[in-house]
Amino acid sequence: MWNYEKRLQFPVNIKEPNAKLAQVIISQYGGPDGEMGASMRYLSQRYATPYREVAGLLTDIGTEELAHLEMVAAIVHQLTRNLSMEEIEKSGFAPYYTDHTVGIWPQAAGGIPFNACEFQSKGDIITDLHEDLAAEQKARSTYDNILRLIKEPDVCEPIKFLREREIVHFQRFGEALRLTQDKLDSKNFYAFNPGFDMCKDCDD
Amino acid sequence: MGSREQLLNDIGIVSFVLVDLGLYLDTHPFDRNAMEYFNHYNRIKHQMVKEFSMKYYPLTMDMAESNKEWRWGAAPLPWEGACG
Repeated sequence: MWNYEKRLQFPVNIKEPNAKLAQVIISQYGGPDGEMGASMRYLSQRYATPYREVAGLLTDIGTEELAHLEMVAAIVHQLTRNLSMEEIEKSGFAPYYTDHTVGIWPQAAGGIPFNACEFQSKGDIITDLHEDLAAEQKARSTYDNILRLIKEPDVCEPIKFLREREIVHFQRFGEALRLTQDKLDSKNFYAFNPGFDMCKDCDD
Repeated sequence: MGSREQLLNDIGIVSFVLVDLGLYLDTHPFDRNAMEYFNHYNRIKHQMVKEFSMKYYPLTMDMAESNKEWRWGAAPLPWEGACG
């Protein structure tokens, strides 16, 4: 169950359209390390953890990622608003425009469509949390790459906010991994899947 | 910034404090100081959202009680931005 708040998590007020920037920023909507993959990853993984506080964290971070997905969409939407045909042709936006006009569609900067293979839900919370730590770093690197390409402050500010959140989520996932490892049965020395393997198996 | 924008901006700031504290409390469930902070700002946020929804437009559907026109549908969309 979810509730919607009619506001963005961080304000997005872009003055000048810029289709070139929109084309790279859309990668954080539907690209390999984007917010769609992030939200689906955490919201899908949470069923396989036997620990309520870890499932709670995956729910809350997954929910925040949905708010980030909306922010990225708002940035792309405002960057492609009121574009002239000349701007569309000159900026290299014509291939996207042909298929989607200026609608929002999940794809990577290089045009590859969003694919669920960009995240994993392994059914083993230890494995999944390691993926989550890597995912936050990959998203942070992507925002770093984007920030090197843009100078406009009204675009930089929300991107910088999103970048900072990757760092906080990385920290929280590290704590969740520690909580998980602390809860493992002391006999489960090799950290078998705590949500699947029975403790009895550890005695063998 | 008009008073509507100012209040919405303030709600964004207080809500961010709550989101960040919420994640922190998920992994530090016995931190009393953090809980006090959370309780304090949570009350403020509820007040602000109520005030905003009565003065301008409902931010959440539970604030959308209407008479003549369905207020929820008439509210501006968050991605419109300042130049929308």
